[in-house]
Amino acid sequence: MEQPAESREPAPDHAPDAVGGPGSEAFSCDELTIRYGGRVAVDRLSFAGRAGEVLALLGPNGAGKTSTVEALEGYRRPAGGRVAVLGLDPVRDRRALVPRIGVMLQHGGVYPTLGPAQVLSLFASYYDHPRDPGELLELTELTDVRRTPWRRLSGGEQQRLALALALVGRPEVVFLDEPTAGVDPEGRIGVRRIIATLAETGIGVLLTTHELAEAERLAHRVVIVHRGRKLAEGAPAALAAAASDGSIRFSTDPGIDTASALDAVPDGWELHEESPGSYRLSPTGARGGTDRPAVGGGLPDTLGRGTAAAGPAYGPGAPDVIAALTGWLASHGHALGELRTGRTLEETYLAITGQARQDGTGGPPKERAASRDEVGR
Amino acid sequence: MRALVAQLRAELTMVFTNGETVLLTVGIPVVFLVFFATVHVLPIGTRHPLDFLVPGIVALSVMSTSMTALGIGAGFERGYGVLKRLGTTPLGRPRLLAAKILSVLAIEIAQVIVVVLVGLALGWHPGTGGSGGAHGIETGPAVAAVVLGSIGFGGIALLLAGVLKPLVNLAVANGLFVVLLLLGGMLLPLTKFPTWLADVARLLPASALADGLEHALGAHTPVTGTDWIVLAVWAVAAPIAAAATFRWE
Repeated sequence: MEQPAESREPAPDHAPDAVGGPGSEAFSCDELTIRYGGRVAVDRLSFAGRAGEVLALLGPNGAGKTSTVEALEGYRRPAGGRVAVLGLDPVRDRRALVPRIGVMLQHGGVYPTLGPAQVLSLFASYYDHPRDPGELLELTELTDVRRTPWRRLSGGEQQRLALALALVGRPEVVFLDEPTAGVDPEGRIGVRRIIATLAETGIGVLLTTHELAEAERLAHRVVIVHRGRKLAEGAPAALAAAASDGSIRFSTDPGIDTASALDAVPDGWELHEESPGSYRLSPTGARGGTDRPAVGGGLPDTLGRGTAAAGPAYGPGAPDVIAALTGWLASHGHALGELRTGRTLEETYLAITGQARQDGTGGPPKERAASRDEVGR
Repeated sequence: MRALVAQLRAELTMVFTNGETVLLTVGIPVVFLVFFATVHVLPIGTRHPLDFLVPGIVALSVMSTSMTALGIGAGFERGYGVLKRLGTTPLGRPRLLAAKILSVLAIEIAQVIVVVLVGLALGWHPGTGGSGGAHGIETGPAVAAVVLGSIGFGGIALLLAGVLKPLVNLAVANGLFVVLLLLGGMLLPLTKFPTWLADVARLLPASALADGLEHALGAHTPVTGTDWIVLAVWAVAAPIAAAATFRWE
């Protein structure tokens, strides 16, 4: 059993004092339960995010992500359990809390006939020490459309404006619901850069996203939920390592002599061409594809990206195997394309949620988890 | 105070840069006033049409702003998630509602000025009551009736916006506007209605406001107790119902 990562890896060095000092708790859910009528949308969900940390809440549609974020934002009163933001109750202490948080809704939230400059100036007037609207327009690259009514902005521009509005009050914690949905690739890079900067300045960030590559790049930790329950929690690399079957995936010319290549590597491995030019070299007996970390957050929890803490994503001796494999490829004139050990967060996520679907875990046994549309927000 | 002023400025900007709202709040009342003052089809006997029309059109203007425009706007703000988003800012419900109330009152002042100026241009003599003698107007009761009517209409608007989906709210608010226009005694005197319908209409805030303004501005006679009671009941009941059903999202 691995030691909890808190004892192995310190909080990121770059997180300065903000909420209550580096690594202090920014928000938390403790056995959070949300019901809509008889339907359970969130089922005893627990996690916590810290100052200077980006925590990504991942899960399929209807997993309860938005309901959870809305409970933290104070929109929903939990049916059970407890939520806290900056040590305050989001509903009871709403007045004290709202000046200290930034919120980006999944959709809308802006007067449709006002332009970015007007809306930012308006929102800035709500706060005692707001950020300069002009600076935020530049940061979110909206200066050129500052007078364009919100309803005429592109989807990406609307998202960037919503992000700017979340930042205008100099928040200590921000909640970002699908921050790059509808944003073009260039815009996504900008949004990710802004989010990364937030964490670097000590702000606690909770984001929900379907962009798993984005979560992998941005998040210090991820929480995977399915049908309202937590399936796994940890640093993306740690989750990927725990879910790994030890395989080495690589690409080269299609139709290589796999028997010859296998002869070149140590015993105990098998080689398959999964698709033309894409190969998987796996330890003999590796199940592949369905392995997953312990359900219910049994994975080591880590602070920071923690690739080192995550440990190797391949079996003992794999460096030798890689050396042998690449040597064989070189000697046979095959150019190496991609070579990857372990899994991506996306593969990990699909394995975890797919397994949960198969075995029926991650949901109340008799009550059906409600989707966002079903519950009628 | 800074937030309230900024919110008020934004509310007014949105109203006066929205063509539909300007048409509803200023265009339609002025068109009705000019049309019915020019084309003598109103069943008002020997009275000068403007003595009946100007108070009625002022009542219509108040209703268009404090009920229809406010309700449609609030409904769409809820639909667009604006109210929800404002719920996580320090603006707060009291300042948001104060800004909306102040913007409604500011627009109504502008409307009254426009309607009165157009009425005067068409030959209206305030407070003559058709007798030919100038008695002036009952400013205090007129203002009180407008304020009570605005509160009642505003309550109805926010009640509808709070419980109906935006497009349904749009349809209902416009439909209600037409119904109250017809039953409110603004263009058609209640004396021409069947008795049972007139009795029902007298319980509506539109008819109470129109009748009260006719007394205060047109006939220079005291506003009736029935009008005050109807206006007061709506001014209390509608906001209470709206507050009970108000949702940020």
